[in-house]
Amino acid sequence: MSQLPPGFRITRETNTDEFFINMGPQHPSTHGALRLTLRMDGETIIELVPHFGYIHRGMEKQAESMTYLQYIALSDRQDYLTAIQNNLGVVIALEKGMNVGVPEKAEYIRVMLQELGRIASHLVFFGCFGGDLGGQTCLLFGFKEREMIHDILEEVTGSRLTTNFFRPGGSRYDVPDTFIPRVKDFLDHLEDSMRDYERFLSKNIIVQERSIGIGVLSKEDAIAYGCSGPVLRASGVEFDVRRANPYSIYDQFDFDIPTAKNGDCYDRYNVRIAEIHESMKILRQCIDKFPKEGAWRSKEKPVRLPVGRYYSEIETAKGLYATYVVAATTGDKPYRIHTRGPSFPHIGALNKMCQGHKISDLVTIMATLDPVIPEIDR
Amino acid sequence: MFVPSITNPIGDFVRDIVPRLAEYLPASIQSDTLNSIVAFLVNALICVIAVCAVNIGSAPILIYMERKVCAHVQCRLGPMRLGWHGTIQTIADVLKMLFKEVYAPSGADKLMFYLAPLIVLIAPFIVCALIPFGRNLVVADVSMGIPLIIAVNGFGVLGILLGGWSSNNKYSLLGALRSGAQMISYEISFAMILLFVVMISGSTNLMSITMGQEGTILDWWIFKIPVLGFIAFILFFISSTAEMNRAPFDIAEAEQELTGGYHTEYNGTPFAMFYLAEYIALVTNSALAVTCFLGGFLPPCIGIAAVDNYLNMVPGVIWFFAKVYFMIWCYMMVRWTFVRPRVDQLMDFEWKFLLPVNLVLLVAGAAYIVVFN
Repeated sequence: MSQLPPGFRITRETNTDEFFINMGPQHPSTHGALRLTLRMDGETIIELVPHFGYIHRGMEKQAESMTYLQYIALSDRQDYLTAIQNNLGVVIALEKGMNVGVPEKAEYIRVMLQELGRIASHLVFFGCFGGDLGGQTCLLFGFKEREMIHDILEEVTGSRLTTNFFRPGGSRYDVPDTFIPRVKDFLDHLEDSMRDYERFLSKNIIVQERSIGIGVLSKEDAIAYGCSGPVLRASGVEFDVRRANPYSIYDQFDFDIPTAKNGDCYDRYNVRIAEIHESMKILRQCIDKFPKEGAWRSKEKPVRLPVGRYYSEIETAKGLYATYVVAATTGDKPYRIHTRGPSFPHIGALNKMCQGHKISDLVTIMATLDPVIPEIDR
Repeated sequence: MFVPSITNPIGDFVRDIVPRLAEYLPASIQSDTLNSIVAFLVNALICVIAVCAVNIGSAPILIYMERKVCAHVQCRLGPMRLGWHGTIQTIADVLKMLFKEVYAPSGADKLMFYLAPLIVLIAPFIVCALIPFGRNLVVADVSMGIPLIIAVNGFGVLGILLGGWSSNNKYSLLGALRSGAQMISYEISFAMILLFVVMISGSTNLMSITMGQEGTILDWWIFKIPVLGFIAFILFFISSTAEMNRAPFDIAEAEQELTGGYHTEYNGTPFAMFYLAEYIALVTNSALAVTCFLGGFLPPCIGIAAVDNYLNMVPGVIWFFAKVYFMIWCYMMVRWTFVRPRVDQLMDFEWKFLLPVNLVLLVAGAAYIVVFN
């Protein structure tokens, strides 16, 4: 083939059997409107090129004509699986600019909702991973417990998916009295379910056959591609923003950072499952220490940022989510807001991980990267 | 040449009544040859209607059953709105599918494209004609039943290959090629296990295979040969799952990878035919498993006369379908429990595990017969 389509780089001696497949933007396993062009040799992938932009909404441009508070609602629509965590990322950047403190109770609410969101996102991963391997039942199992988290979020924030909950200095509302007992019940329930689910998937011989040694991402590559979150930790780098650069009150809790060393699909799966358990551990500590009394937000202030540049980074379920706010004039509108989402670098590493694997493995690898396309395109 | 020999009471009744009815005709056109031809045609028609009724009638039941089993495995309710517990849902779905416009993608080989769904239907229909549903309920009681089944089962893969190839779609082609490789490989194990059954029962006729299991439940081939029978049954279960292209061996469809595999481009009636063929294959494979291992239409007698009398009162056809639906339920539970192996792992499993085990099983079965007979 003298002329390769744009993006393909590898040159081969013999390429008579090659053909190209267009995977997406409407494909069951691309997790949204992502398009991959695959260069195949039979069932084996030689090279792939991802194409973005099918769900681009120009969020960062929109943000320039929005107030800061309006942008919090937009952050929900980036990674909709970790909406509540994205809210916090934006809010922390704003707090740095406004220079407001957060009362203790508000911090506890934040941490608890963060961890509930993390569990919800990882449960979706669990479901999609099983589903993408062909076990449709898994999908429903993962979503079953996620529904319970959404019920709790609905009670607290008023909406199930796009929460738009945190505000500089606290949150929109106080949590209801039923919040703590509900979380406690949910944790007890999840403990049982996770035991079943892990037996269902982790110890399944077919799952192990299909994921061990597949899509290996070495430690060096993971760092070079800018991976973060469970993908980075599965490659053996013990990096978690909650520990490396603590925000909110994460430094007060006792939790481990699960890592693995091979960086294959099974490791990424295991790291996420272990993170569910760590999140449950944090939630239990929160329940024990949750302050009954006290203000749930600091004194209300108009959201006006002085001239400057403000940066925040948090650990969402997917990885490092950073917000960079540039305020050129003192006021309620930004000059520019840039978001660094975790999924984009992961898709960048996809080509590296897929080369030489089968098309079925691509589906496995995609599932373990757990990308959310609206967050890549924004 | 294969001549259907209709030996059931209905066949005798038709042969009996046709000459009597012929007496009302003018004497000039009466003849024994005509009578026998008419009797043969009427019998053939009855057989075709019976096979169609069993096959096409069971498809909506199975689709409903699959949706319900799947739903309850997944903590859902499944169809609930149309009719009592969604019983009419399948009929509505079928009607919708039949009224859809049928079209082929541009660049498709039209003849092959429309021929493929018909070809996949051939095999399950022929197999169904060979299965004894009751003591007198068999359409074609041929002496070479098992070889015929092995022979016609390969038709299915032809339809899938044609369908995938003629669709002018790379996903379809990949699915078809996968399925071709898979079905041809698993056909070998499938045939080997049927060979094992032929060896232990000493007959290739399905009726004699069934009647060889007469007695108590322990005389069924699954239990009669200790351990070996059970292993053979499990191996049959695995290879027939692969033979039917059902999950976890549904790599030919592999929704998550190939968006539907060989039937990606099909819609309306041709798609319904692929769907139908899949479910009829489920019935025929279960029926084959029941006939070869679970005593066919024989009741599960336990050797206590008082109980057995009651069990024997139930017609054989009811026992047969009870067992068939139990097998189908097993297939469905497996489908909704396991994840799908990769294409190369599937082939490894067949050639490096299933086939050697089958060969060992055959040798062990032969040794058993030599030692204990």
